[in-house]
Amino acid sequence: MTKIVNCQPQLNRGQMLHVNLVMIEFKNVSKKFGGTNSVLDNISFLIEKGSFVYLVGPTGSGKTTIFRLIIRDLFPTEGSITLDQWDLFTLPKSKIPHLRRKVGVVFQDLKLLLDRTVIENVMLPLQFSGVKDEEARRRAEEIIIDVGLAEKLNKFPLQLSGGEKQRVAMARALVFNPEIILADEPTGNLDIQTSFQILDLLKSINKRGATVFMATHNEKLIDSGGDRIIIVERGRIVEDKKARQKSARADHETGKKAKDEKEELKKDKIKLESLVEEKGKNVS
Amino acid sequence: MSLWWKRKEKMYLNTVAKYIRRSPYQAFSAALIMSLTFFSISVFALLTIISVRFISYFESRPQLTIFFKDNASREDIGQVQKQLEDTGKTSLMVYVSKEEALKIYKEQNKNDPILLDLVTADILPASIEVQAKEARYLSDLAGIVKGSELVEEVIFQKDIVDTLISWTNAVRYVGLAVIAILVTVSVMVIITIIGIKITVRREEIEIMKLIGASNWFIRAPFLLEGIFYGFTGAFIGGGLAIGLFYYFSLEAFLRGVAIFPLSPVIMLELLLVEVIIACILGTFASYLAVLRYLK
Repeated sequence: MTKIVNCQPQLNRGQMLHVNLVMIEFKNVSKKFGGTNSVLDNISFLIEKGSFVYLVGPTGSGKTTIFRLIIRDLFPTEGSITLDQWDLFTLPKSKIPHLRRKVGVVFQDLKLLLDRTVIENVMLPLQFSGVKDEEARRRAEEIIIDVGLAEKLNKFPLQLSGGEKQRVAMARALVFNPEIILADEPTGNLDIQTSFQILDLLKSINKRGATVFMATHNEKLIDSGGDRIIIVERGRIVEDKKARQKSARADHETGKKAKDEKEELKKDKIKLESLVEEKGKNVS
Repeated sequence: MSLWWKRKEKMYLNTVAKYIRRSPYQAFSAALIMSLTFFSISVFALLTIISVRFISYFESRPQLTIFFKDNASREDIGQVQKQLEDTGKTSLMVYVSKEEALKIYKEQNKNDPILLDLVTADILPASIEVQAKEARYLSDLAGIVKGSELVEEVIFQKDIVDTLISWTNAVRYVGLAVIAILVTVSVMVIITIIGIKITVRREEIEIMKLIGASNWFIRAPFLLEGIFYGFTGAFIGGGLAIGLFYYFSLEAFLRGVAIFPLSPVIMLELLLVEVIIACILGTFASYLAVLRYLK
């Protein structure tokens, strides 16, 4: 990173302040595929360091394209993107792996290597950075335990449930303590309980100072707290607002409690019925 | 070599081992075609070495042997010697008297006492063995002595050497053509095999790139795999050809030929050179595959 900073032109005090506060900046970014198919149309936004931002929008609205632009998997047709101090427009190809080692990404389709075990998957980003095998294994184990998969270290992804795979993807994104996490629909196919567990993980990382940028269309998750919500539709930002602080989690917890009580009542009723039946038999 | 490189190297080697384990038939085919190539290279290289040895062996022998009639005295022969020397075209001349000729004859036929009894120094001619400074002078030198009344016979080895040279050249050209074809086929086979492997692992490569793998990290195992095929091919093919040749030159029908056995050092050097060439070839082929399939 230092190397890149040194390559940057001299900045004035205002610019320095901007650089120190801003993690991601999109300026008039457009992306067209095949010259005509416009996926993003002149979008601009800014994400502060340490914030938790949701990217919300229907399927095909351009959420994944935004993430792919941030990790330079795609190149914008127009506009400029800055990630921390990296100008992605001028970033040479040889530096792209360095950039990607700074960003923890949870992909929508997880992108786990199916022929590698959980620990091998999680160790990969550390190995790319030249971390010693023993050290990489130790750090990977730690993070796998943190995401609650201590028992699954040597399992292959195909031996795991959807939620467990999601956690492996999360562990791989977090293992090198990235300054920014991009999570593309990390709770896509998960039940609400597991979704909240994943969200809790992201929040705890955010509390430790990492910036989290998460794409989702799960309103319950969005309502459970965060800093901002950016809403995209048809490649345009239609709203950029502060997140509601209403606790969906509380709703969820209340709902769960009510459900549990109902279950208890049901059980009691069955017990009672069987007792009555038994008593009837004895009398006869 | 830094610790960091050692760690990476271990990781790359593990990956190569995994790639080979997963498609053993492809690996076997690549190693087999490389072995065949280097077996042929070794055979033609050995034939070239042998023919060069033969030529230099014949060239080191007297190229012109002049046998004198019985009435030629030592002085007469000395005059012929001087006449040849004065041309400045000779590099060496050795006089072989009748007695020395008998000695040589006895040595050559020591196992055949009947022949030894029949031959005396009188019936063997005195001779001079002449080596020319250059092969093209031989016919001039022969022409000078052929007219002399004292000369019985002139034996001229240029024809033998010329025939040998033309045979050697023919072997060399055929060998080069065969080797060129086999090398091309080997390179194509390695490109195809590595290409298939890259295509099969395309998704895995894509994922690794997305999570920060450098191009080198992804390419290195494929390059090492190419080196592995080259090394294995040269070691098996070259080793087999050289081993067989060495065995036959020591134990069987080649024993007793003046230029054999070839020194084991030469054989090892040949094997080493082949292994190095094979590794370069393997790297080159896999690099082409990587360039083609990992854009």
